[in-house]
Amino acid sequence: MKKIDKERVLLGLAAPLLAIVVAFLVTAVVLLATGKEPFNAFGIMFDYGSKADSQVYILNKATTYYLAGLAVALGFRMNLFNIGVDGQYRLAAFFAAALGGALTLPGAIQIPLIILCAMIVGAMWAGIAGVLKVTRGVSEVVSTIMLNAIATAIIGYLLQTGRLGHLDTAGTKISTKPIPESSHFFEFPTATGPVWGFIVVAALAGVAYWFTLSRTRFGFDLRTVGQSGSAAEASGVNVKKMVVTSMLISGAVAGLVGMPTLLNDSYEYSGDFPVGIGFTGIAIALLGRNHPIGIALGAILWAFLERGSGQLEFQGYDKEIVGVIQGVIVLCVVIAYEVVRRYGLKRQQRQVGAKLAAQARNSEKQEVSA
Amino acid sequence: MNRALTDIYARYDRRKTSAGRGAFGQSRRGLLLRRVSKIAAACFASAALALTASGCGEASTESTTTESTGAADGKLKIGMAYDVGGRGDNSFNDSAARGLDKAKAELGAETKELTAKHGETPADREARLASLAKGGFNPVVAVGFAYKDTIDKVAPQFPKTSFGLVDSISDAKNVDNIVFTEEQGSYLAGVAAALKSKDGKIGFIGGVDLPLIKKFAAGFEQGVKETNPKASVQIQYLTTGTDLSGFGSPDKGKGAAEGMLDKGVDVIYTAAGGSGAGAIEAVAAKKGSWAIGVDSDQAKDPALKKYASVILTSVVKNVDTGVFELAKSVKDGKPLTGTHTYSLAEDGVSLTTTGDHLKDIQGKLDEAKKKIVDGQIKVNTTT
Repeated sequence: MKKIDKERVLLGLAAPLLAIVVAFLVTAVVLLATGKEPFNAFGIMFDYGSKADSQVYILNKATTYYLAGLAVALGFRMNLFNIGVDGQYRLAAFFAAALGGALTLPGAIQIPLIILCAMIVGAMWAGIAGVLKVTRGVSEVVSTIMLNAIATAIIGYLLQTGRLGHLDTAGTKISTKPIPESSHFFEFPTATGPVWGFIVVAALAGVAYWFTLSRTRFGFDLRTVGQSGSAAEASGVNVKKMVVTSMLISGAVAGLVGMPTLLNDSYEYSGDFPVGIGFTGIAIALLGRNHPIGIALGAILWAFLERGSGQLEFQGYDKEIVGVIQGVIVLCVVIAYEVVRRYGLKRQQRQVGAKLAAQARNSEKQEVSA
Repeated sequence: MNRALTDIYARYDRRKTSAGRGAFGQSRRGLLLRRVSKIAAACFASAALALTASGCGEASTESTTTESTGAADGKLKIGMAYDVGGRGDNSFNDSAARGLDKAKAELGAETKELTAKHGETPADREARLASLAKGGFNPVVAVGFAYKDTIDKVAPQFPKTSFGLVDSISDAKNVDNIVFTEEQGSYLAGVAAALKSKDGKIGFIGGVDLPLIKKFAAGFEQGVKETNPKASVQIQYLTTGTDLSGFGSPDKGKGAAEGMLDKGVDVIYTAAGGSGAGAIEAVAAKKGSWAIGVDSDQAKDPALKKYASVILTSVVKNVDTGVFELAKSVKDGKPLTGTHTYSLAEDGVSLTTTGDHLKDIQGKLDEAKKKIVDGQIKVNTTT
């Protein structure tokens, strides 16, 4: 039995490794096609990406991506496709930033307030989709993507002078009022720039995700509903309640996505607050196979690739090449997992068959001898 | 009998897995993954350890720090960080690129151009400016107000490098803030529009309702009203707030312009980056109406040349002048710092005359320009 487990582990590791290797091969072909030398490009990326200041950048960026991946993965485990993480985190960050700019409480009170505000706004926004799904049967794919557009419009409406907007001295940039210094989140200073303290919150969120899903009854119910709604219903799970609750939780985690940027970096919400992280989160959740550690590795890989893209551009390569790598990796991961899954399944069936056949032989022998 | 049992077992197994696949698969792989996760956890932990251990290692700065002290070696190296869109946007970024090209040709400068990505974070902008400064580029020019906070942070880290910031104002000491009086150029466009319109119905299409674009609208409206008090200006923005797609959606520009034309508007000024092309196209389809372009001379734009007969003029923002002057000052060893406002007086903003559509009203335009330069007319920056 032990031996089989080892093989399984190998199989499990094979998929992501295969995906990454294939992705790099495909990219090498693309680079060759554009008349550039591929290995030099990879060399630049690895060399630059492993420098100390790059590590700081990667950890900071991965913090945001990790939270986005978790928010999406929560939905995935439930068989809910929450495309709305993007709108949820932006709306959440916007209101949290507005609240943070308006208050001047001691940091110990204000920071949790800001984070709580973001989680509540994110949860409410995702909750709309959840309620629509259980009461009106609206697909969450459609409603969440529509809610993204509405979130953009709401922020656009409120981010104006005279409402929640605040004009800078040059009269060109509009943002929410900056959050007072006392409410900036702590950082870990390093020689090459600070690592955002929010990484601790992200790690805690990962632990909570793991614990809730695999060690609580709620997590069991959630996974059951994800695998078969009707079976869960039959065994006494209130599926509608589960849909709404898990959307709320997914939204609350999505609310955290903007917090590392807001509390550790920008301290305000302006027109250039990062957009599209919700969609990156989908890719990362896929990459990490909804597993808390897988997502972490996916987030770090994503951040590493982005760090490399800037340097590639500096060295005269097209920075779009990194976009190609990222896209190919996601495709490869999905394909590689399916290939490995099918192979594993066949292998297992063969083993079960062999075992049963052996048993059969044994019993036949017994029958004969008897 | 045992044979049948095997079959059932196998079938059961298959069913269980296919049902368990869900959206992204759990059951069998779930088991598999749990095993994998322990190994992965170990890998991750050791990787994290390695990461922290090397956290005090070599920084990318150390290997490449050659922060130049101006043009000491005689060779001018200019680093450009564009806003989203970059070189080739036929508008704002291209105007800055022209300044760079001029510096390359006339000052023999070596150049490096980097472009902002959509949806990036302040950290990405910092990395971009820092990599240019580290690479020995001096000056480093940041195009667009989105770089303001980044300049505030990065400029003090490279005190020997001169930075240029277009469209915003930073308080850092080694920064040349290049700003423009968009409202003055727009005022003149308003004068031209009021004089050319048949019944005084005039339109303004802004890309996004940002303060910067409102400056264009304010000046334009004032120019129209002070030339023909009976005229009316209809102001419309394509998108609002953080939705910046209004700067790159010709279809939206076209739709908005068609709506205005249907209501009898016959002169439309569009300050909307790439969306302007759509508006100009719509105007060209209706006889007797005029379009006013923005940022670059749009009558000379290869894609819009065919509509040159309806492009009355373009309000040009000469970002190239600002960029070139900064480059030249660095080369001369006297880098510009502080805020430099490129106004109508020094042709920082101006109207183009391609096609000679303004010939009959040039006198009145010159008169208005003189009044603005002399300070007799004070142009509003907000509507």
